[in-house]
Amino acid sequence: MSDVWILSEQFNGQLETVAFELLKRAAVLAEKKKSRLCAVQIGAELPESELNRLIECGADVVFAVEAPELKDFNPEPYAACLVDLIEQYQPEIIIAAATTTGRTVMPYAAMSAHAGLTADCTELDIEADTGLLLQTRPAIGGNIMATIKTPECRPQMATVRPHSGRPAVPQSGRSGELIRIKPNATRLKSQTKVIGFEAATDELLLQDAEKVVIVGRGIKRAENLPLIYELCDALGAALGATRDVVDRGWLSYPHQVGLSGKTINPKLCVSIGVSGAIQQLAGMQTADNIIAINTDPEAQIFKVADIGIVGDLFEVIPALIEKIKNGELSC
Amino acid sequence: MRIVVPIKQVPETRSVKMDEKTGTVIRDGVESIVNPLDLYSIEAALILKERFGGEIIAISMGPPQAATALKEALAMGIDQAILVSDRAFAGSDTWGTAYVLGEAIKTIGDYDLIICGERATDGDTGQVGPEVAAHLKLPVTTYVNGVNDWTDGALTVTRLVEHGEEKVSMQLPGVLTVVKEVSDPRLPTLDGKIRARETIMPILSFDDLKLDLKLIGLKGSPTRVVKIFRPKVTRECEIHTAEDEAGVALSVERLYNFLQEREVV
Repeated sequence: MSDVWILSEQFNGQLETVAFELLKRAAVLAEKKKSRLCAVQIGAELPESELNRLIECGADVVFAVEAPELKDFNPEPYAACLVDLIEQYQPEIIIAAATTTGRTVMPYAAMSAHAGLTADCTELDIEADTGLLLQTRPAIGGNIMATIKTPECRPQMATVRPHSGRPAVPQSGRSGELIRIKPNATRLKSQTKVIGFEAATDELLLQDAEKVVIVGRGIKRAENLPLIYELCDALGAALGATRDVVDRGWLSYPHQVGLSGKTINPKLCVSIGVSGAIQQLAGMQTADNIIAINTDPEAQIFKVADIGIVGDLFEVIPALIEKIKNGELSC
Repeated sequence: MRIVVPIKQVPETRSVKMDEKTGTVIRDGVESIVNPLDLYSIEAALILKERFGGEIIAISMGPPQAATALKEALAMGIDQAILVSDRAFAGSDTWGTAYVLGEAIKTIGDYDLIICGERATDGDTGQVGPEVAAHLKLPVTTYVNGVNDWTDGALTVTRLVEHGEEKVSMQLPGVLTVVKEVSDPRLPTLDGKIRARETIMPILSFDDLKLDLKLIGLKGSPTRVVKIFRPKVTRECEIHTAEDEAGVALSVERLYNFLQEREVV
């Protein structure tokens, strides 16, 4: 078999959007390899209508590995079930999301299966003459990009950041095969157990926001944040920050956008005082529209922006806020 | 509680420069530091030791100079340090590294817990922690931001996930990977530095660990870096300069028009 697999994820009985983002990326690989695209969904039992969404979005086969014990993510049984599937069906490629789940189960399973695993890929492709998976990711703190191959070990496994691409669009009536699998009880044994859960509130806002303002070290100090909040309010935008800002304690980690924080894919991204180091860009460069405001005309951020203002943010932002507010009044 | 803390020495990535002509990384003169995210696993281990007693052993795989990183861990209050070093280990990817580290940890004997940082700032993969757990067939809990109780052999921790905070109970021995929220790392003390200087650090080599040559180094690693390049950026940026009042007004005018054109205001 030379199948291409994606590892789907669910939360509270609903498939996560990232599963459909993975399907879209993996469809390109399956097409180039002329192979089937399969989705693996491990968890508590899901209704057929829910699993069928994977088929409508491009999966030729869905392997649903289901047991009540798999309701919450649990590394040992999830990895054991994945390894069993790998042994049985011998996929060529497995792509998962670089979520807390994907980043845990993939290495655990890759170690057991002696498979190659590449984290946080920004680009995936198939090498024309060998059919190997080309995995490109930022390296050395984002200063360079590295393309990585897994020449011999199988499967070739990779994770990609959630929100780093659009989800696949469903085609109603698309057909595929649904295979439900009941794992053996010995594979469900685990030394860990989820005993509680507290839902987050504001953190989700940033990742799913249509507009985001990102601040960098250029805002100079935390005391300048009220001005930024005012801009966020005027735009209706969520607030993100670079690692520099978070490391200085000006904003908390849930605000961090970039290689070591969140990846966002909003309609508008306004970056303020952000230098544009590659690890920062990795978190936001796929935004539809990017505005950059920075005092340094050489700042890297201008290379990914659609429109750039070289100037003092303390002069530009208040004027922009006023303009937006006046604009709304005249509407 | 006997705790193992694997740490890594990394280059200070923010000071890494690129040779624009050759596209290679200039490593000369780049300072080596303890992976900043490993300071949190060291701190978590120190807190657990303060509460439950016991002993902490830091372990690092790397070239001989990685001993400096272990000395820093000792200066922070770690009890023992082991360096795992051999030319044969060079070129190992995360699989090869986890295999060597896992085998080295087996030589420590009984332990309750292994605590890893979330990831190293150079490789940025975050894979070695869960891979060490898999190699040792131990349970793992990742993205841990708080450690609560240790009763009847089970450790209760909280972990940060996409939708909130999960509370997990893990039967020990097991592996944790911790994130920054777990606690602020303490600074090395003068006493600690003196002790670090006096501590004899065993070095484990390929021969000591009786490893399978086929599974280590470049040869044993499933993945290969085949190309390194400078990322190219593609958008055509329309630049406006706002150096005086008129410039600010024009820039803001243009920005606002842009927002309208793209239908975001």
